[in-house]
Amino acid sequence: MSRLDWLSEYLARLIDEHVVVRSGDAQGLAPAHRLVLDSEDWGAAARVAAAFGCRWAGVWGDVEAGDSEGTQLTLRAALERDGGFVVLETEVPVTFPVLASHTNHFPAADRMERHLRDLLGVGFHDHPDARRWVRHQAWQENEFPLRHYVAASGHPPLRTRADSDYPFLRIQGNGVYEIPVGPVHAGIIEPGHFRFQAMGEEVLRLEERLGYTHKGIEKIAVGRDPAALARLAARVSGDSTVAHAWAACQAMERATHCQVPPRALFLRALMAERERVANHLGDIGAICNDVGFAFAHMQCGRLRELWQRSSHALFGHRFMMDALIPGGVARDLPADAPARLRAEHAALRREIAPVFAVVDDHPSLDDRLIGTGCLSAADARLLGCTGYVGKASGQAFDLRHDSPYAPYDRLHVDVPVQQEGDVAARVRVRMEEVRISLLLMDRLLDLLPSGPIAATLPQPAGGTTGLGLVEGWRGEILAFVRFGADGRIARYFPRDPSWFTWPALERLIHGNIVPDFPVCNKSVNGSYSGHDL
Amino acid sequence: MYRILKQSLRTGVVTEAPPRLDDAEFEAVGIELRRTLDARYGRSLAIRAVDAGSCNGCELEIHALGNPYHDVERFGVHFVASPRHADALLVTGPVSRHMQSALRRTWRATPAPKLVIACGTCACDGGEFGVSYASCGAVANVIPVDVTIPGCPPTPIDLLRGLLAAIRG
Ligand code: SF4
Repeated sequence: MSRLDWLSEYLARLIDEHVVVRSGDAQGLAPAHRLVLDSEDWGAAARVAAAFGCRWAGVWGDVEAGDSEGTQLTLRAALERDGGFVVLETEVPVTFPVLASHTNHFPAADRMERHLRDLLGVGFHDHPDARRWVRHQAWQENEFPLRHYVAASGHPPLRTRADSDYPFLRIQGNGVYEIPVGPVHAGIIEPGHFRFQAMGEEVLRLEERLGYTHKGIEKIAVGRDPAALARLAARVSGDSTVAHAWAACQAMERATHCQVPPRALFLRALMAERERVANHLGDIGAICNDVGFAFAHMQCGRLRELWQRSSHALFGHRFMMDALIPGGVARDLPADAPARLRAEHAALRREIAPVFAVVDDHPSLDDRLIGTGCLSAADARLLGCTGYVGKASGQAFDLRHDSPYAPYDRLHVDVPVQQEGDVAARVRVRMEEVRISLLLMDRLLDLLPSGPIAATLPQPAGGTTGLGLVEGWRGEILAFVRFGADGRIARYFPRDPSWFTWPALERLIHGNIVPDFPVCNKSVNGSYSGHDL
Repeated sequence: MYRILKQSLRTGVVTEAPPRLDDAEFEAVGIELRRTLDARYGRSLAIRAVDAGSCNGCELEIHALGNPYHDVERFGVHFVASPRHADALLVTGPVSRHMQSALRRTWRATPAPKLVIACGTCACDGGEFGVSYASCGAVANVIPVDVTIPGCPPTPIDLLRGLLAAIRG
């Protein structure tokens, strides 16, 4: 049974709606199936997909200078159902890059389309929100930094003004007041702005304003060689350095048909699971700390520190940054590592048991976490939430289980699902994921093949594309790369799962009290830099 | 409650156990820091951390300064919520252009004399991101910097050494 069994049915429905599929193939963006459409059909294809139960997984665009001398702008959008992926593709002329929006069918598309508008100048004629998104005041409305003819240096003003006149939506009424927070926050966290409309203690509306950490990642990726792209990908979101580097490497390896040695794949998976455990430990502690329960914070902080020290000792870096390279991994484990890792997994399993038992069932935590920040299953589905945010709201999707890439195709991955959707459910999912990752890591060690740890990446042919899909600790990461004629990167788009969990935070905070915002935010823990790019 | 006490007692105070070399070294630098703070800073250093566009890697290590193994508060180092309470700004990331005025405003809100510490390779020289339409690069391109702490990200001991260098001037 193929994961794309539904494709023929989707194609039939497209025909019913008079949508013409010009061409399609299963190679260019494997494992996704590519469907090339006329630009007039862009909106209809999304409408059919929404009715058909697909999840919307991202949109990105590209001026493919080359055969068409940069006169056409290519847009691609990813859809998923039952673990199978389809990428819709269309072209619009650079002189009139306008087409229908997907937002009316998939609310998840809202901000990514505005991101495309700000950076590439694609117009979505029926987009419900005309406001800028990632653009603040560093470039003008009619400048599009991602266009091929714009230099990466751009021409920014000497001093970039604060984006103080962004038109937030306001609630009018007696007793309604507004709380602006950020971009510089009170804690040690990334910058962003939150605008609350509140009445008494209750939040009536939260609007996020992101883009503060926009560093031009998509633009400065252009012209890099594969190794340099891996280094950049490792810094898209520092807490997900392994996962983002893996997704980018996977995309490049698929584009060049590189055979990555099995040992390298197993080592990558070991590191990805370590990253998951480290982040969950830190966050479980921090969530408890946000409701004044310092015990769990200290215990988890202690365990996380030990974990990172051993990442440094065995994998060469406390976060395993730059441990992945195109074609494999940068260094092998020391000879005694498997035994040490097994002992460490067993020790952590022992250590978390009493701590997690307290977190799971303690009256003062129950009081604050149960029923707080509820995300309904319907909203999670509509917004395309993956990872622990989706899983805590009934969305069982996990790439390692539903669309497994090597080495997960040889493992059984349990996916913990909860239905409640509150902060407590997200904590439970994370605790369960720690336990599952510990089992997976033991299994990876059992099966760890010997052999080389890296292959040479074949010289990329101009115009080849690749899609990376990796389950990071926050959820599904998608990465797209296209190589230019010179064998260097012509386009890189990393799509962090935070694109879909940030809007979820706006919804789940409804009706909660303002003082519960920090714990709700922490339970979701969207990446600012992974989203702002 | 019983379970909490049991676990806490079983864990003990991990900062006091000197099981590893890096802990001993951390301790030594920390004590030196404490002495210098006692002599020159009225016994405490208040730091305002500002993420001016980092990848969040540096923040994780700054957080780690507070975990039970490091617990920098015991050396007199405090992270404060407002620049108005701060002796020093610990700035991470290349400064994104969208954070340029926020960083300048934070710097202006910090009472003089103030120290500015650039934390991480990006903050020191722009790192992997450099200067572009979206990034101002190094912190020193936006506000005056006193001390730099390279590293991607700098480890807790790097951070502690950097703090010591900063207050020694
Ligand atoms: S120095 Fe490294 S960890 Fe710190 S912000 Fe830069 S890339 Fe991230």
